[in-house]
Amino acid sequence: MDAKDILGLPKTPLPITQEKKPRPQKDSQRKPDGISREVYALTGGLAPLMPSIDASQLKRRPPSDEKITWQWLPFTSSARKDNLQLYHWVRVVNGVPPTGDYSFAKYNKSVDVIKYTDEEYEKYLTDPMWTKEETDQLFDLCERFDLRFIVIADRFPTFRTVEELKDRYYSVSRAILIARAPSPGEVAGHPLVKEPYNVSQETERKRALSMVLSQTKQQERKDAEVLAEAKRIAESRMAAQGAEEPDLPVTSDIVPESVERAIGHGDTISPSSVQVPSAAVAPSTSIMADNASTLTSLRMLRVYLRTYALEQMVQAASSSAGLRTIKRVEQTLQDLGVNLKPKVPTKAVCAEHLELRKEILTLLNLQKQLQYKEAEGSSFRDGSYGDMPGTPKRSHRAVDQDRTFVPDAISFGGERAGKREQKRKGPGRVSETPSSPAHKRPRKMKASDL
Amino acid sequence: MGKPEDTEKKKKLKDVEISVPIVYGNAAFWLGKKASEYQSHKWTVYVRGATNEDLSVVVKRAVFQLHSSFNNPTRVVESAPFELSESGWGEFEIAITLYFHNDVCEKPLNLYHHLKLYPEDESGPMSIKKPVVVEFYNEIVFTEPSESFLTRVQNYPAVTFPRLPAGFTLTSSAPIEDESKRKRGDTKDHPLNQWFLNFSEADELLQLAAARQQVQAHIAKLRRQISVIDGQNQQFKSSSDQ
Repeated sequence: MDAKDILGLPKTPLPITQEKKPRPQKDSQRKPDGISREVYALTGGLAPLMPSIDASQLKRRPPSDEKITWQWLPFTSSARKDNLQLYHWVRVVNGVPPTGDYSFAKYNKSVDVIKYTDEEYEKYLTDPMWTKEETDQLFDLCERFDLRFIVIADRFPTFRTVEELKDRYYSVSRAILIARAPSPGEVAGHPLVKEPYNVSQETERKRALSMVLSQTKQQERKDAEVLAEAKRIAESRMAAQGAEEPDLPVTSDIVPESVERAIGHGDTISPSSVQVPSAAVAPSTSIMADNASTLTSLRMLRVYLRTYALEQMVQAASSSAGLRTIKRVEQTLQDLGVNLKPKVPTKAVCAEHLELRKEILTLLNLQKQLQYKEAEGSSFRDGSYGDMPGTPKRSHRAVDQDRTFVPDAISFGGERAGKREQKRKGPGRVSETPSSPAHKRPRKMKASDL
Repeated sequence: MGKPEDTEKKKKLKDVEISVPIVYGNAAFWLGKKASEYQSHKWTVYVRGATNEDLSVVVKRAVFQLHSSFNNPTRVVESAPFELSESGWGEFEIAITLYFHNDVCEKPLNLYHHLKLYPEDESGPMSIKKPVVVEFYNEIVFTEPSESFLTRVQNYPAVTFPRLPAGFTLTSSAPIEDESKRKRGDTKDHPLNQWFLNFSEADELLQLAAARQQVQAHIAKLRRQISVIDGQNQQFKSSSDQ
């Protein structure tokens, strides 16, 4: 109501009699007691499902037996070393000011940066790339800025990369730790000792990261493709190797590293990263890789049922297909009068069944291709993209004489022998093949049907 | 028969598989007047060779896991025919675990069968004489069979013997156990034999071959159409470039 006022809109265009209705509603909506209406409206004007703060509590907080005053008092903080005295408002209860340190002093944490003596420097810490002066400066900055290396790198007098600074700092600290320790065993557990800073790895890692960050969309896609391909090939190789020795975890670790390096090299893929082929790999090799890995994993089972093997092979063959495509394959099988799961699954029958499924997939892919190309053609012709294939305009072209109507679900007239209790999805699907090219395609087919 | 020969027998062959065609399922008889609330049917669940040959050449024992409401729901059958008869009123899933002889395979294989007592057509009359029979065909595939396994099963019709790789010969198997012992394991004279279903791969193969032909013809047609359209689109592209 206020909003409309502000906007200058008329309240309601309804006649006066209707105005009486909203009023009692408005009263009951005024839920809050204890806070003002405006404040309540800030929360959205509706009562929350779970009251976070009890609305009655909001007004009645201070107990009446205490006498509260607020005073402008000085304070010091233990976090400061200079005894600076500042003033702030303090809640005084019954004339007694609060005790204790400044409440934020506890957040003043700092890093324990190691301090070495000159002797120690001479003995353990000398380095051809670093003067003592530089090292001292580094450590001073480290302490001042709590190991914020970006800042330290910025303030460092001579130019040094962040990785160089880190390297120097960590190796000095590590050397000192080991030198000061009574026995090497005692510090062996210390993280600095266990996992020393690896400059080259870090430089490489950051370079790779920045490359990934600055990739264009196209490069991203290409990389995703290459990764998927590498994974498939690695898996098939892994399965082949695994048949001889079960060494799976090792190989799976190797793959991400080599693939990472592939990303680092951008478009050119160096021959040293073993398993990554060039980006343009024919899709058939990936299907064959799937098949090969399925066969290997079946062989590893030692004993299995023929139907199980068929299921696995079917899955492998349809791995690149979406759920909708798989349903279409099954519908086509039904239309052809073929059992979705063979009744007599012998080796020969299963092989034939698998081949049939693959051929149907090819068929569906070709249909899609044809659709796209026709859409392309019509956009060229008419100069507009909105045309759906199959509109009557197209019937006048010579092309259509060769083209028969290819419906969404392939209807094979006459093949009804095998169907006994098969459920049909819809009456339109199993119609006879119409020959008139002007016939509109069934609505189910969309250009976006991937 | 010294040691080197034993290790040879343990040698396994890659890309060679042995398959055993089986049929498993159940036959259930309605007890009619003798039926009570908890025992309305008498049923038998079984695993048999697809051609009714004896499976014990391969299968050591079969374990049928019944519904927990049965006494001793885990029923072990140590010899062929691998079947189990019971009476009851309910349909449930039975897990059948087949354990094979040591030289065949060390891992057992699980089959699952949903017990069927009531006929598909619920409206029809139930007969005491004619059982409700549900069977499924399947094949147990053994990969990389050991030589001893191959040798042993050479002459057993229950097993589909593979073609061996060239140059590979088997020693002749031990003499087949005496006829009478073998006879008992097969199901050729089984009382339920008349109800067993026939599974012929020929029909299915024909169906599949016909389907494949149709699909292939369609594919060829589509390919032709695509190449025509490709040609057209090429023309458009070059004309628009001008």
